[in-house]
Amino acid sequence: MPFISGRRTGRRGTRRYTRRDLVVLGVLLGLPVLLDLAIVWGPTLASVVLSFTSWDGIGDIEWVGTRNYVNLFTNYPQFWPAARHNLLWLAFLGLVATPFGLLLAVLIDRGVRFSRFYQSTLYMPVVLSLAVVGFIAQLVFSRDQGALNAVIGDTETPTDWLGDPDLNIWMILLAAAWRHTGYVMILYLAGLKAVDQSLKEAAAIDGASEAQTFFRVVFPTLRPVNVIVGVITVIESLRAFDIVYAVNHGRNGLELLSVLVTDNIIGEASRIGFGSAIAVVLLTVSLGFVVTYLVQELRGEKDR
Amino acid sequence: MTTTQADPVRPAAPAPVAARRRLRPGRLGVHAFLMAVSLAFLAPLLLAVYASLRPYDETSEYGYFSLPRHLSLDYYRQAFTDSGMTKYFVNTLIIAVPGVLITLFLASFVAFALARLKMRGGLVLLMLFTAGNLLPQQVIVTPLYVVFNRIPLPYWMSDSMTMFDSYWAVVLVQIGFQIGFCVFVLANFMRTLPSEILEAAVVDGAGVWTRFWRITLPLCRPALAALGTLQFTWMYNDFLWALVFISDGDKLPITSALNNLRGQFFTDYNLLAAGSVIVALPTLIVFLLLQRHFIAGLTLGSGKG
Repeated sequence: MPFISGRRTGRRGTRRYTRRDLVVLGVLLGLPVLLDLAIVWGPTLASVVLSFTSWDGIGDIEWVGTRNYVNLFTNYPQFWPAARHNLLWLAFLGLVATPFGLLLAVLIDRGVRFSRFYQSTLYMPVVLSLAVVGFIAQLVFSRDQGALNAVIGDTETPTDWLGDPDLNIWMILLAAAWRHTGYVMILYLAGLKAVDQSLKEAAAIDGASEAQTFFRVVFPTLRPVNVIVGVITVIESLRAFDIVYAVNHGRNGLELLSVLVTDNIIGEASRIGFGSAIAVVLLTVSLGFVVTYLVQELRGEKDR
Repeated sequence: MTTTQADPVRPAAPAPVAARRRLRPGRLGVHAFLMAVSLAFLAPLLLAVYASLRPYDETSEYGYFSLPRHLSLDYYRQAFTDSGMTKYFVNTLIIAVPGVLITLFLASFVAFALARLKMRGGLVLLMLFTAGNLLPQQVIVTPLYVVFNRIPLPYWMSDSMTMFDSYWAVVLVQIGFQIGFCVFVLANFMRTLPSEILEAAVVDGAGVWTRFWRITLPLCRPALAALGTLQFTWMYNDFLWALVFISDGDKLPITSALNNLRGQFFTDYNLLAAGSVIVALPTLIVFLLLQRHFIAGLTLGSGKG
């Protein structure tokens, strides 16, 4: 190694880099960082800037201050229903699907027979795309040809599960939970496997019931998994898009914020400024959770 | 995440002997419950498969739960020949194969630099990548759509002459977006590798590249396999990127194409069922064959939304 770069002499001898090392580092570290900035962070920033303009994608970019936001909150009839649906999504996944996934994980972790079969079956929907889940939901919930109406024998006055705007969001939530539950279950299973068995034994010796052991001893040690599951639940609820788009393009009771963004930019209207404002609302909410999560990670990082 | 790394590769570790000694009534209840839930989870898929094998007239006359009179693969043939699904599968491969490979390569170097070179500012970089992967896709869609429309490409690279409506756009976005997740997972994994090997290599005068390519990467094979499987499924399942960045229906990957095909399928739900099964089949097969890797990938770094 002929070219020892003197400038880079760090605290330790291992931190010396040759010129070739620096080239390798520069290219292979620079490229992904540039890509990440260009594909993710640059556009994020641009979205924030564009949300204060009335741009249509072609003409001049005109600054309109907070007009888009004012319009969005006061004058855009789809906004509040969409926000409500996103919240409902979060509540349903968080309060129904996630605890259910945890319950399944706990049952399987107790070492029942056929646990492999249960685990695979329950996890299987996770590998399907949400778009396919949307199509399968149509097979099950369709008014005239759906399996659900066939099962309940509702042929005289068939219920339009996906067409009725008061009902359809619940059916879609069921379909989304189908996937989410398995995901959560796998994460908790992995977490439960790592729980120290002696903790449980100690609790049992102290006379704790199974429920007590779980809630007082095991659950607190699952904290890292809880954080991950929480973040995934929130992010998934905010990102939800594919499934409603596959069913009916997110209309008639299935409005979501993500759909409104897409509609505003790829529709004929091409209201890029306005669409960006909706995107920024999404961004603000999710960044809150992302930052909380990263702080948590950062703490773990220090303990390493 | 640190705690979940211990045993992700063997999800079905043998249960304690005492726990599976005999079948108590409570245990029976657990089995009944798990069995019922499993069946409920399988039912929609089984229904789709069953429906796709039967002529539509039959189901509409006798209902979905009647015994079959004719079973055939006609709908699969029809889905393939009439709507040219092969073409869409090829499109998916054109996007996903380079997507997965480049993502893994770039991400593993970043992870190597962060986890093994002890650089200053590494944590900031890690946060930058991880947080980026957690943002809602819709936030970055608009500016990228505008920019891609303005980037000219020569005809041999894209017949639309712009970045927009080309595979390049989708591949690039997939890579840019997924790198964050892979960096996060791989950096976690590389931290668990013994540092002595690397130190020995440094003493022997190994450069950064050798330390990365010859020493660290081979040790990461299990993590790379897990991530590769996971990434392939995610890119295969992607719906939004192709929907926004590709306007020519013939260039759509299979998952997004299904949405277009629905027009043809609409009159016949059993054909729709066949289409859904065809699209779902590759990921299901990958899952059944590589289950271990899948689950390892997810639990190795579960930060994915």
